[in-house]
Formats: sequence, C-alpha cells, structure tokens
Amino acid sequence: MSSVHPRKVKLLYFAWVREKIGRGSEEIALPDNVATVADLVAWLKTRGPEFGEAFARADVVRAALDKTHVKSDARIAEAQEIAFFPPVTGG
Amino acid sequence: MGVKVQTEDFDVASEVDALASGRTDIGAIVTFTGRVRDDDKGRPIKSMTLEHYPGMTEEELSRIEADAHARWPLQASLIIHRTGELSPGDNIVLVVTASAHRQAAFEAAGFLMDYLKTRAPFWKKETSPAGESSWVETRENDETAATRWRPT
Repeated sequence: MSSVHPRKVKLLYFAWVREKIGRGSEEIALPDNVATVADLVAWLKTRGPEFGEAFARADVVRAALDKTHVKSDARIAEAQEIAFFPPVTGG
Repeated sequence: MGVKVQTEDFDVASEVDALASGRTDIGAIVTFTGRVRDDDKGRPIKSMTLEHYPGMTEEELSRIEADAHARWPLQASLIIHRTGELSPGDNIVLVVTASAHRQAAFEAAGFLMDYLKTRAPFWKKETSPAGESSWVETRENDETAATRWRPT
C-alpha cells in the first residue's frame, strides 16, 4: 500500500552522528518503501556523503523510536521521532 | 523515586537528607558518586562535555529506576545526572538507594549504575589541555557489567 502524502517524521542526531551529518534534527517525508530502521538508514545513506560517513559503521550507530531503544530491524510503524546516536557513554 | 537531569552540581549529604528525612523504615542507604577524572587511559583531560537526548534521558532513567524497584525491596531511590561542560573533580552522577537492609541497597545501586551506563542516552566528549576534543568510546567492561543482572 502506498500513500499519496508521505508521512512526516522528525529525525534527531546526537554526538558524533550529529557532527558528521552537520545538524541535530530535521523533518523528512518518510518514503513509502521505508518500513524498518535499517531501511531508513539505507535511504539516508543515499542522501549525501555526510550520511555515508555517519552511517559508515552502521552496526555501531544505535537508534530509538519515540524515545525507546530499538534494534535496526524494528518497524518504524507510527513512530513520530526517530533518533540515531553512538553507543551511550554516561555515568 | 526520583530522576533529575541538570547542569547544576549536587550536594550528596543534602540529597540523602531529603530522601531519608522523617523515614523510620529505612535501615540502609547506599550512595554512589561518579566524578570527572583528570586523565583517560593516560591521556590528560582538561574538560568533559556531556550531551544527552532531552526527554528520552528522563524516560530511560525512570524505566531503569522502576526496574530496580521491581527487583529489590527499595524504600526510596534517586538518580541525578549532570550535563554540559564539567572539569576534573566535578560530580557527574549520583545514585542513592534506600532499603530496610543493606544487601538490597548495595545491589540496586550497582544495577542502576550498570544499566545507566549502557542505556541512558548520554555522550561524553573529552577535551585535552591542548584543546583537542574526542568522543569517549564505550568500554567493553561496561557492557559486560550490565549482563550480570540478566536472568539466566
């Protein structure tokens, strides 16, 4: 099923992912063929060298859907906010 | 139960007082304070900047805290984590656990720190005296430490 008006989602980037991409957030129209977090990463990498650089080690970059940690095979479904960041180093 | 993410410093004694004041059911209080060191594996550190994911940080810390309360009979707990630019000797994080007996308080404090280090969305960037900055890498032993709480 494809929708006439792609759904808008907010993307957030943190730490070195943010620095490599050159911005902390943006709003995108989610392409119809993007179902999972991994699909989104593959699509983002086609948008420019800065995304290629940020996701060069795609297995290292972590993701959250609506502020909850997810694995790359997670379905985006109705999530409004998708975040990408390096492994956390607090504490 | 309480979670605070703040740029300001904290005072351990007054936080413990506030948590335990007027309570006669608490027999044991454990506090853990994490501080900024002046070196990272032999590399001198002039300052450390902590970035976080506002909103998710608080939610994740609350989830970790609720997990601790589900696993141990805790009377009270508190997590404070600072963000922004910090210097060697500054406080970074405070974990307080209170229980009737010491074992639950000790174990829950260890659990909270191990899970905080692997799940709470904070990122540290260190700056050397020469002004060079680099993001801190995850330590493998932090991941290993968190696995010891998993059910077998």
